[in-house]
Amino acid sequence: MKILVCISNVPDTTTKVTFTDNNTKFNTAGVQFIINPYDELALTRALEITEKQGGTVTAINVGLADAEPSIRKTLAIGANDAVRINAEPQDAYFVAEQIAAYAKSEQFDLILTGRESIDYNGGLVGGLLAEMLGIPSVNVITSIEIENGVATMERDIDGGKEKVSCKLPLVASAQKELTEPRIPNMRGIMAARTKPLKVVEVTGDLKTSATVGFELPAAKGGVKLIPADQAELLIDLLHNEAKVI
Amino acid sequence: MILVYAESIDGNFKKSTFEAVSFAAGIAQTNGVHCVAVSIGHVEDAKLAELANYGADKVVAVNSSKLAAFNAEAYAKAFANVAAAEGATIVVVSNTYSGKAVAGRVAAKLKAGIASGVISIPNTSNGFVVRKTVFSGKAFADVNLTTAIKVLAITPNTFDTHTFGKTANLTTADGGLSDADFISNSVEISRVTGKIPLTEAELVVSAGRGMKGPEHWGIIEELAQVLGAATACSKPVSDMHWRPHSEHVGQTGITIKPNLYIAIGISGAIQHLAGVSSSKVIVAINKDPEAPFFKAADYGIVADAFDVLPKILEAAKKLKAAN
Ligand SMILES: Cc1cc2nc3c(=O)[nH]c(=O)nc-3n(C[C@H](O)[C@H](O)[C@H](O)COP(=O)(O)OP(=O)(O)OC[C@H]3O[C@@H](n4cnc5c(N)ncnc54)[C@H](O)[C@@H]3O)c2cc1C
Ligand SMILES: Cc1cc2nc3c(=O)[nH]c(=O)nc-3n(C[C@H](O)[C@H](O)[C@H](O)COP(=O)(O)OP(=O)(O)OC[C@H]3O[C@@H](n4cnc5c(N)ncnc54)[C@H](O)[C@@H]3O)c2cc1C
Repeated sequence: MKILVCISNVPDTTTKVTFTDNNTKFNTAGVQFIINPYDELALTRALEITEKQGGTVTAINVGLADAEPSIRKTLAIGANDAVRINAEPQDAYFVAEQIAAYAKSEQFDLILTGRESIDYNGGLVGGLLAEMLGIPSVNVITSIEIENGVATMERDIDGGKEKVSCKLPLVASAQKELTEPRIPNMRGIMAARTKPLKVVEVTGDLKTSATVGFELPAAKGGVKLIPADQAELLIDLLHNEAKVI
Repeated sequence: MILVYAESIDGNFKKSTFEAVSFAAGIAQTNGVHCVAVSIGHVEDAKLAELANYGADKVVAVNSSKLAAFNAEAYAKAFANVAAAEGATIVVVSNTYSGKAVAGRVAAKLKAGIASGVISIPNTSNGFVVRKTVFSGKAFADVNLTTAIKVLAITPNTFDTHTFGKTANLTTADGGLSDADFISNSVEISRVTGKIPLTEAELVVSAGRGMKGPEHWGIIEELAQVLGAATACSKPVSDMHWRPHSEHVGQTGITIKPNLYIAIGISGAIQHLAGVSSSKVIVAINKDPEAPFFKAADYGIVADAFDVLPKILEAAKKLKAAN
């Protein structure tokens, strides 16, 4: 079993988001970057699968050298090797294209991505990548088991769950619940230093989008406090003033 | 020509589908072109005709027994084939789980630039720029799609539906599918019945660790039921299994955008706010006057939730009884 796990390097969830250069660039000053939380789940589940039935787990990132701490961490958690495609990840289409180009030469049985990156919230790389490779895709999976070359998964659907089975190879995108993330131990961190991290150059350069600017949401006008002993007024205000109920 | 994916569940269209059709029809009208809606799977003609009311000039239904259950590869192929046949330049889907599953594949097939989580109509004064939420709602990005064909996945509960009152022009297409297009199989579908799914809810009652334990959720559920709201919770609450994971909202849970979000006993951590701050009206109920949620709220009550919730529930019941 050869598994590829796609890793996005994203700002820590506590980041206070600000922008520079006349609101055209995300301000990375003082920002801590982490493995996208959903990708961490995908990685852990991939390790659980290969530990049980044999195989290898490769982590792949499309990013510049500054993403390497997160990539190293995937090796410390347990990935066998890692690949970094040396480019600024412009958008989901570009990222998918780069990963597809690499995956085509390697014949993976299973490719896992996160449900979405917590920075650009695309939720798109999995589907784009699967289509570029001509294989099926199943998004927002909360479980996956592999037996005799067939994956059985549960996925979230609006208002419920769906059980899906699919012959490998396929691309599946991890949702919370898939598993619990693993924390690297000392041995893993030591081992990571000698595991291979291959840097690959970009193929093709199809531009499909460009981010032209950012904006922060307008600040709220201030909270209207309702005295605790007149809490029932809330319903009246929501009905007559805010008109939402 | 603007093509819109008319997503259906068990043969029914959801409100988010009508929003997508109206959004697409609005753009079509501005550009003096047609709006075509594509329905995949079994939907009765009377329901397909409703799409015309919301703005579709033409409805293309693709149906076969194999399309009864959702399948990303097959649905995307059928949809892209219709897009090519109709000469679509803009493709619109609703930003739901299944909508996004189709949208990515369609974009790759059509070599189209794609933006998801879209919250504005395109601004074409200088390119083709749409606004989308990023950082789970902590900010917005303006994205210029530079390809000939563009795919937009629009955020539910953001755009109003409009009635255009057009007459339905119903047609069918076979989607150009063969058996080889059905590799993944839907084995079983289970939906929570009698409850409003969080992702579609216009009103949400949410509670956090301040509720002390799962045994105290009775009043939260009752308030939600009386208001016709869905229930949600903070991350620790679902991590401790007080509530199901599907209720967890925030940066690592679901991002929601209801008209009303009532947060009870939730502190308002940055990761929680990220997923709910685009709600139109926010109410915070917390016994700590310094709780960060009050900075993000429109209405606030500084009180012990256990004291004020019964009064609020009573008032809600009275209002519902009177209306
Ligand atoms: C400094 C900087 C600036 C950036 N500016 C932009 C920008 O302006 N516009 C923009 O769209 N993006 C930008 N990105 C890239 C962004 O971080 C994403 O990697 C990329 O855009 C895909 O985002 P998405 O939300 O569409 O991905 P999604 O479709 O939400 O990602 C789903 C999954 O795909 C995989 N994936 C996503 N990105 C990568 C990756 N880079 N490498 C490997 N796997 C990945 C992960 O498994 C992830 O869980 C920037 C990144 C950096 C570091
Ligand atoms: C990587 C990462 C991702 C995260 N993602 C998310 C996410 O997606 N969603 C999320 O919610 N959190 C997330 N968190 C956790 C977040 O940081 C907070 O810890 C969490 O939101 C706190 O939940 P809470 O407000 O329910 O609990 P607490 O912080 O314990 O707050 C409880 C609140 O209840 C109030 N209270 C107590 N008793 C009463 C009473 N009787 N009446 C009224 N009020 C009362 C208290 O004053 C307090 O404000 C994430 C954290 C990390 C590190």
